[in-house]
Amino acid sequence: MAVTKLVGQIAGWLQKTGPLSDIVVSSRVRLARNYDMIPFPHRANREQLKEVILKTEKAIKGSKYLKNALIIDMSELTDIDIQFLVEKHLISHEFGKSRAEQILAVSDREIISIMVNEEDHLRLQCIQSGLQLLDSWRLINQATLELESQVEFAFSKPLGYLTSCPTNVGTGMRASVLIHLPALVITKQIGKVLQAVAKLGIAIRGLYGEGTEAYGNFFQISNQVTLGYSEEDIINNIECVVKQVVGYEENARTLIVKEDKKAIEDKIWRAYGVISNVRIIDFQETLNLLSLLRLGIGLKMIDKIDRILVNRMFIITQPAYLQKLEGKKLAPHERDIARANLIRKNLKRRRRNKDV
Amino acid sequence: MICQICEEQQATVHYTEIINNKAVALHLCEDCARKKEIIDQFGNFSMSDLVKGLAGFVGTESEEGNLKCDNCGLLFSDFRKTGRFGCSECYKAFQTELEPLIKRIHGSTKHVGNFVPLKHSKEVKALSKIGKLKVEMEKVVQQEEFEQAAKIRDQIKKLEKGIKK
Repeated sequence: MAVTKLVGQIAGWLQKTGPLSDIVVSSRVRLARNYDMIPFPHRANREQLKEVILKTEKAIKGSKYLKNALIIDMSELTDIDIQFLVEKHLISHEFGKSRAEQILAVSDREIISIMVNEEDHLRLQCIQSGLQLLDSWRLINQATLELESQVEFAFSKPLGYLTSCPTNVGTGMRASVLIHLPALVITKQIGKVLQAVAKLGIAIRGLYGEGTEAYGNFFQISNQVTLGYSEEDIINNIECVVKQVVGYEENARTLIVKEDKKAIEDKIWRAYGVISNVRIIDFQETLNLLSLLRLGIGLKMIDKIDRILVNRMFIITQPAYLQKLEGKKLAPHERDIARANLIRKNLKRRRRNKDV
Repeated sequence: MICQICEEQQATVHYTEIINNKAVALHLCEDCARKKEIIDQFGNFSMSDLVKGLAGFVGTESEEGNLKCDNCGLLFSDFRKTGRFGCSECYKAFQTELEPLIKRIHGSTKHVGNFVPLKHSKEVKALSKIGKLKVEMEKVVQQEEFEQAAKIRDQIKKLEKGIKK
């Protein structure tokens, strides 16, 4: 099955670090596109959905960028497979709920992926490490143009690209950045930052969990408006805000070190001690410990492990990913044991490499 | 600890709910917690709810409730309920009702981003072809190949007619 190919593969954005990777984990740009006249997926019948798939597959095969993309038929997947793809950041939570007449195309190294028959006929995304929104936009735009030279997308002169939901009309673009803000959370300034950003018409929310209670201190910053501004303007706007927030986080980091360096050092090393020795651990605790480790690397307190490994562990320790790696379905308690083993194995391997 | 709902799996989600001003502690397994929608790792909230809210304010029910998209059959009242359009043609069918809604969402009603499809449109393609043909026609006229020039002229006429349609 096509999805198995993705189990052993580490996504491109987890293989290296991009600009500002100390604080910015990844950048993602998503475009929504639809075909003219064919009803949007939620109103389309089977034949129409099939037509969308055929049209898209043909265009993908005819495109230079995407012709070798892995095509996954969603109807062949189990619940765990679907969750696995969500955890890999390749599909949305909504995609795969119906599963009939849906496909996913994944490019080499998972940089570009296309959901067919999600909320819109096509949802194309590009994901890269660090703050690389503009570059991601260029890549996904290029890939989309290659399709667009073969098929016609629904477009109107005043409103731009037409989408199933009016909140996406215009550019059809959602640009988002995954950002790690532990020091702002520790110093309790995060609430203020969230409010300030929201006032700028930009959405910010916890990646896991809600509001200021975000597990692992991960937040997602994205544009809300898709109409009335050009793609570059929207991206510049978000990049400016992200850089500002990165500045706040850096200040907060300086502050915690200045106020009580030993205390934060102790916290980080305790986290390191726990995570290197766990025998049972749930995902939430994993998130919180890895978050401290990531902070420790940023503060140059820990050099035994690198950021790439920590980023990777955030992804592979998620429940479905873990079960795919183990090759079988596990009860939550079994998962916690498997997770502990996986973490220890990864940390040990890295330490050995460093010693050599 | 065993999950309080299914009483089978290990409880790994521990959470406190405030019911009638009393804190009630719950210990659930991941599966039951997800079913109870306590944990949603992805913090998803539905955009359509928001749009529904906004669309509810547009116009009065009786006037536009019967507006219908000829292509997909969606009624404006359906859109009001779901916040989702049925197809690309809905945007034309509900154009006047939509303007205030779109303005409320985006603060604008005019796309200024990429205009790629227009470059690909038949009109633009035809126009650029006409341009090329005119250059070619001048060339053949200079070479006094009038028969060829007449052929090109007819081609241009045909293309121009296609655009006007």
